[in-house]
Formats: sequence, C-alpha cells, structure tokens
Amino acid sequence: MSHPVTLGKQGFFATLRKDAWWVEPALVAGILTAFGLYSTISAVLLRTKFEVGPYLSPFYEPLLTPNWWPFSPAILILWAPLGFRATCYYYRGAYYKAFFLNPPACSVTGYTNKNFRGETKFPFTIMNLHRFLLIFALALNVFLWIGAIKSFRYEGEWGIGLGSVILTANAFLLMMYSFSCHSLRHIVGGRLDCFSCHRTQKATWDKVSGWNESHKQWAWMSLFSVAIADIYIRLVAHGIISDPNTWSTPLRVIH
Amino acid sequence: MSRMQTGQKVTFRILRGEGDSLKEVDYHVEAETGWVVLDAVLNIQATQAPDLSVRWNCKAAKCGSCSAEVNGKPRLMCKTRLDDIDTSQPVVVHPIKSFPHVKDLVADVKWNYEVNKRITPFTPAKDADFTYYQEDVDRVQEFRKCIECFLCQNVCHILRNHEAHSRFAGPRFFVRVAGLEMHPMDTADRTQFLDQEAGVFLCNITKCCTHVCPEDIHITDNAIIPLKERVIDRKYDPLQWLVRKVTGKK
Ligand code: SF4
Ligand code: SF4
Ligand code: FES
Ligand code: FES
Repeated sequence: MSHPVTLGKQGFFATLRKDAWWVEPALVAGILTAFGLYSTISAVLLRTKFEVGPYLSPFYEPLLTPNWWPFSPAILILWAPLGFRATCYYYRGAYYKAFFLNPPACSVTGYTNKNFRGETKFPFTIMNLHRFLLIFALALNVFLWIGAIKSFRYEGEWGIGLGSVILTANAFLLMMYSFSCHSLRHIVGGRLDCFSCHRTQKATWDKVSGWNESHKQWAWMSLFSVAIADIYIRLVAHGIISDPNTWSTPLRVIH
Repeated sequence: MSRMQTGQKVTFRILRGEGDSLKEVDYHVEAETGWVVLDAVLNIQATQAPDLSVRWNCKAAKCGSCSAEVNGKPRLMCKTRLDDIDTSQPVVVHPIKSFPHVKDLVADVKWNYEVNKRITPFTPAKDADFTYYQEDVDRVQEFRKCIECFLCQNVCHILRNHEAHSRFAGPRFFVRVAGLEMHPMDTADRTQFLDQEAGVFLCNITKCCTHVCPEDIHITDNAIIPLKERVIDRKYDPLQWLVRKVTGKK
C-alpha cells in the first residue's frame, strides 16, 4: 500500500506524533488561566476576609495599607510575584506553547512565519528583566517566612494549626522556586568561566544547579500552594471550614 | 510496550521518493528479538527495496547519521528499539524535516556545517598556561558529547516551521558556543555573534531540542539559557553596564 504525502510545510497542528501531545499544553493553558482569574478575583476584587487569626493570605504578604491607596493592598505586592512568574524561563517555554501555539507542542506545526521574531523585540524583550524581578521575589520570600513563623503565634500564645502548616509549606515551596531560578544560577556563579578561581561561588552554583533541575516541579508546586493557602484562609475566614489548631481562643477575622 | 519476539510481523510505513513525488510505502517484515528501527529499515533495503536511501554508519548511537522521525518523534533509528514503540500499528518512518530533502530517508544537512564555520573557534591567550582543573571543564564536557545528529535542529520550530535559517544558528550551535564561551582558557567574546547572527533571542525556550537529544545534553538549561543570561549581562542589564563603566572592565 502506498499513498502520497507532503514533507515540510504542513497545516496547523499537523504532526506524525501518535501520542496525546495536546494534553500537556491544554493542562498548562487551563491551570494558568484558572490561576490568573482566581488571583485577580481574590487579590483585587475580594478585598476582605484574607486574614484570620495568625494567618495572612500569601497574596497579601507583606500587608501594606497606606492611606493614600484606594485599592486592594494585594495589588501593591502582586505585580512582583506575577511578573516574576510571567518572565520565568520555565513558564515562558510552557505558555509559548499553550497560549501562543508557538509551537503547539514539539514536532507539531503551529503557524509559520518567515519573520518570526521570538523574544528579540518589545514587548518580549521585557523577559530580560527577569533577574530584577528575582530580587523582589527573594525579598518576598523573607516576608513569607516571617508570615509563616507568625502563623504559629496567636493571642500571645505559641501553637500550631493546619493554617500554620499550609503557610510554612507555601513559604518553603516559594523559596525553592526562587532558589532554583535560572537567573539566580547565572548570578551566583554561572557567569564565571574559571570555577577553580572562585570556589565558594562554584559551590553555590552547584547547589542552585541541583535545585534548578527541578525548577519545573517547584514552579507548579508553589503555584498550587499559594492558591491553596489563599483558598484555605478565605474558607476559614468565612467560617465555611474551621481550622484545627491548638489555640484556646477561636480565630478572629482581622482583615 | 511488549517485548519483540522473533518472527513477529511488523509493518513499516516509510517515506519514499524525492522532489514533489513523495509517498508512504508499507513494508511488512518479520522482526527479530532486540531489533532497532534501523535493523528493520536495513532488512527492507536488503530484501524488498534495494533502492531505499538511508544514512547510517556506526549503529551504535555515536555517529549521528541515522536521524529520522519515528512515529513523528525525532530519533536515532539505531537507538530506537522496537520493544519501546507500538508495533501493533504501522511504524511511520520519515526523514528529518528542517533541511532540504534528498531522497527517501535522506536529508541534506550541509547548512549546519556552514553555520559552524561562522563560530569563532577556541581562542586561548598567546602565552596561556594550560593548567586547569576538572571542575573548570565539567560543564563544557557535557557539550562535547554532541554527536551532531542534528535532531535538535530538526525539531526546533524556529528552523522547522519558521525557516529562519539565515538568522538562527539552532540549538546544536548554541551547545558548541556554550562549550567555547564557558571554557576557562578561551578568551574570545561571542556575545555579539549570539545576539546578532546566531539569534539566541529567537529561541523561546520550549525545550523541544533538549527532549530529543540522544546524548542527553541539557541544551536549553545548560547551554541556551546561560548564554542568554550572558548576552543580557552585556545588552540589557543597566547595573552591569554601570559597573563596567566605573571599573573600566570589559
Ligand atoms: S528551546 Fe529554543 S532552540 Fe530549543 S527547540 Fe525550543 S526554540 Fe529551539
Ligand atoms: S546537541 Fe544533541 S540533539 Fe543536538 S546535534 Fe548534538 S547530540 Fe544531536
Ligand atoms: S527561571 Fe523560573 S523563576 Fe527564574
Ligand atoms: S548509525 Fe550512527 S548514530 Fe545511528
């Protein structure tokens, strides 16, 4: 049996792949859209019930409430972690496939454009600012850890609740996401040619390189943990679920 | 996938022809235990289609000649065991796509050698003392594993779909440049080349190259992204620019 074929240029989504290549980009598109919508709704529109007892939603950490600011305090913070994620090398590769279909998946044809510009022109050159957003992300990690530690103390009493565990896990996962960043890997040592001339930097680079191998996993786990922490705190604040904890006083809604 | 038994019948659907007259032709073979796709193709060539053009050399995944697409996945035919693919359906074998097709399973990869010539070669200092340590070269040794199979070039959508051959060097050559740029004894600066000629910022880090590399070189994470970061140091980072101005360092 034989039948004619064309090689090279083919239509949209043309591929010889036989596996379910569309599953991963579809999941990425679905999860990122859901997260984008949820974080906007939670941080921008739902401006109350984000702090209960010792727990503050990570979207609002650190809580800034200047008098002159008429909008949700989360907006003052959120541009940094969202910008950090949007310019993250891993997410870029993932959403260029999922949203830009460029390509839809490996070995699957998307659109073809002889003048394809990739990340060479504005606005995509903004991606190169990732290293500066990293500085903000690292600073936020400090506040998230402070928030996590504070979540063990309520009404002058040390204790522990499910919320403390969630906030601590979240602080850890977000820290690992930043610590495994490609730009950090470059800054701590990747930029050097002679490692034996800079042994401390080489040792740091080795560590970050190890974490960097799982950057994708840290990226997803921390995305889920932020959303879970926010949802959990809101559910507790609304009295829909009650937080199992060791404190004698019931948790009060603060903001 | 199940283990291939000797005598098991498998259909191979191979792209045949040249120019515009291309067709997929089905060949039925009795496979043997342990066969790789190249075994089947060579068997077909020996017994059914003596005019079938195919490139191969080492049959040991080291020469990089037998690159093809098996069921749409860029693979070395000599490294793709029938045990690992679904043989209940016809196994589709096509040539690699980012380069001019010659005939049957053969493509002309000459363009790659032209790109290679444009890269400033290893340039040690004149009076260099070649004493350096293993830890200095661990990183570049990964890049030396490249067997130039060009599967990464084949899968990269910038060549494969957008046909930006004149503006983009492709992942294989970012691997080579990374090996030179990160070498402790090299003194040349290829950042301008990477940015202007090799088009490193055309790459949108989709990692398709990494996934197909038979030598398991972490092309995107270890070569392309670090090179992008080095170009950003020179081109987009105002802090580094200031430091260079103040210290007078290049
Ligand atoms: S990561 Fe870059 S070089 Fe590799 S396949 Fe994707 S676009 Fe091409
Ligand atoms: S980098 Fe890997 S995929 Fe690319 S040519 Fe070299 S061995 Fe082949
Ligand atoms: S590369 Fe993903 S956070 Fe920096
Ligand atoms: S024949 Fe040499 S790599 Fe397959």
